[in-house]
Amino acid sequence: MRHIISILIENESGALSRVSGLFSARAYNIESLTVAPTEDASLSRMTIVSIGSDEVIEQITKQLNKLIDVVKVVDLSEAAHIERELMLIKVRATGKDREEMKRVADIFRGRIIDVTDSSYVVELTGNTAKLDAFLDAIDRSLILETVRTGVCGIGRGDRILRV
Amino acid sequence: MQLTGAEIVIRCLQEEKVDHVFGYPGGSVLHIYDEFFKQDQIKHILVRHEQGAVHAADAYSRSSNKIGVCMVTSGPGVTNAVTGIATAYMDSIPLVVISGQVPTAYIGQDAFQEADTVGITRPCVKHNFLVKDVKDLAITIKKAFYLAKTGRPGPVLVDIPKDITAQKCEFQYPKTIAMRSYNPVIKGHAGQIKKALQILLEAKRPIVYAGGGVILSDSADKLTKLTRALDFPITQTLMGLGGYPATDRQFLGMLGMHGTYEANMAMQHADVVLAIGARFDDRVIGSPDHFAQVARKIIHIDIDPSSISKRVKVDIPIVGNVSDVLDEMLKQFAAVEAKTDGKALAVWWKEIEGWRSRNCLKYKQGKDVIAPQYVVQKLYEVTGGDAFITSDVGQHQMFAAQFYKFDKPRRWINSGGLGTMGFGLPAAMGTRFANPKSPVACITGEGSIQMCIQELSTCKQFRLPIKIVNLNNGYLGMVRQWQEMFHGNRYSESYVDALPDFVKLAEAYGHVGMRIDKPADVEPALREAFVKHKSDLVFMDFIIDPKANVFPMVAAGKGLSEMILAEEL
Repeated sequence: MRHIISILIENESGALSRVSGLFSARAYNIESLTVAPTEDASLSRMTIVSIGSDEVIEQITKQLNKLIDVVKVVDLSEAAHIERELMLIKVRATGKDREEMKRVADIFRGRIIDVTDSSYVVELTGNTAKLDAFLDAIDRSLILETVRTGVCGIGRGDRILRV
Repeated sequence: MQLTGAEIVIRCLQEEKVDHVFGYPGGSVLHIYDEFFKQDQIKHILVRHEQGAVHAADAYSRSSNKIGVCMVTSGPGVTNAVTGIATAYMDSIPLVVISGQVPTAYIGQDAFQEADTVGITRPCVKHNFLVKDVKDLAITIKKAFYLAKTGRPGPVLVDIPKDITAQKCEFQYPKTIAMRSYNPVIKGHAGQIKKALQILLEAKRPIVYAGGGVILSDSADKLTKLTRALDFPITQTLMGLGGYPATDRQFLGMLGMHGTYEANMAMQHADVVLAIGARFDDRVIGSPDHFAQVARKIIHIDIDPSSISKRVKVDIPIVGNVSDVLDEMLKQFAAVEAKTDGKALAVWWKEIEGWRSRNCLKYKQGKDVIAPQYVVQKLYEVTGGDAFITSDVGQHQMFAAQFYKFDKPRRWINSGGLGTMGFGLPAAMGTRFANPKSPVACITGEGSIQMCIQELSTCKQFRLPIKIVNLNNGYLGMVRQWQEMFHGNRYSESYVDALPDFVKLAEAYGHVGMRIDKPADVEPALREAFVKHKSDLVFMDFIIDPKANVFPMVAAGKGLSEMILAEEL
């Protein structure tokens, strides 16, 4: 099953490699990993999407907790949560495709944030499925470049992850 | 007072009451070595290879419960130390490794003797640090000692660039330390312990299965008290030996790949397993699927939550320090009125005695060729069972574990997790430094001993009267055994040709050498070594049966009860 694991970790150099090294050393799967400092500059927050059986995910959270720099670990997917991913996509936009691309971007509530006479850059936010759906909705041959941030997530309501 | 980084390192070690540092100097640690020179509180032990330094510090800790400390230089100093660090990590041994690094401004420039020490060691340390500011040095070393010893112990490395050791700052050693990200659970959950006790009292076919956690937490007395009070059979892992007196009736011997018949059968057929500071690893329970075929309740006490339900599903997990949990368990046990099921236990013991009567460790000692088991048995008798025994890795290690009956903890020093050949001799050095009045023997083989043989020179320098028991069969014995059993007798690269004359080699290093090739000479040689040459290092080269194999054996991937016994071959 797919799990979204959120981690608060000391914002020290090498913190990321401790986490990524753990995943490769123990042959755990990483679908995506995002990391950035929090409002408290001494802490970073990481979101890892991983796929594994309940036993494997239990081991992953235990092993993450064991890392000395890790302050807290939460499996967001255990309860109500929101997940978002940002995608920037550069597409060819000429002739009739130019109008069509604008229309599809609007339908997906994307924003065109860069325009040349032959291309657009579309900014799109949503869960992973929505971003995938956008890619399916446009003509693949028009895609020049895509970049995705990977998932970040947060618990709903009273579920708060902080020190 | 303003001190240099190098002075701070030494002051920190003194504050931590470190009395021995095992190490090897080099460019990046020259300032620190200069400070060693100016003091005499800490004794520096100069080894001949950094691997030896780490193994010695490791065994110093294993045999004393202090933190082992070693110091190496940057680059090759660190890479040579990695095997030692990984060895300590796998067996959860508290070490502080201080490594030199190239000056801060050179880091990343491919400087002379530069290596990414923090990167290279990360997967085999509990934690590591690169000190970037001399002001952080004291607190970092404090953290290293704190992390090494608390929670599940392990090696911690502090990498110090050379320029930091020359810079100055105000020195103050922190008295205590708190880390928001690190708060190991020490006390077990009282409710869980109560539940566990209930299950133990109702058990019909129970077994206590204890591991290295008992040794590490100094809980041998408590384990013994609880096991005797319950009248349960007890088995131990390779790392746990000595945690319960091996000569006691309730002790079934070691379990696992080369465990006894009675221990493995009892473990497999138990209805309740009380696992204490052990981790159900592949050499212990064999195939987890086969193990899971029998329904049983498992109670698991461990300080590391990630050890619980890792390979087998656990019914009652108790996270905490073994010592604290056993205290609580003994307290609750004394308070309950209920008793264990004496009738069921009597039936269970009868079944176990049946298994025990197979006498699975029996071997033949003829007139001509020395059986390796016989050497270990005689060593046990000659030393009165009270020596510190280190070992290397292979057949001799298993013979040592099977035939030297450890009644006390911290007497059996071996590389269980990583299985590091070359461990034995430097480990014997560290053990002797920690126990300067006790006899120390290293049971080894002609393969393993050559992996760190350079330390014979260190032994001479420090007059260490270690007794080396070399079980020489001319083969990498365990490799040969597997090739015989699983690879159609194709002894690929397991015969060691052109062995040195170990007697001359020992003499060249300034020690006493003996070659023993007759069974009748085994005991006299051992007596001579331990009595006449009490204060010398004696290298005893025992020429043993080249075909001897270790039994019982559970083949890799097989179930615990699918043992191959010697008599069946």
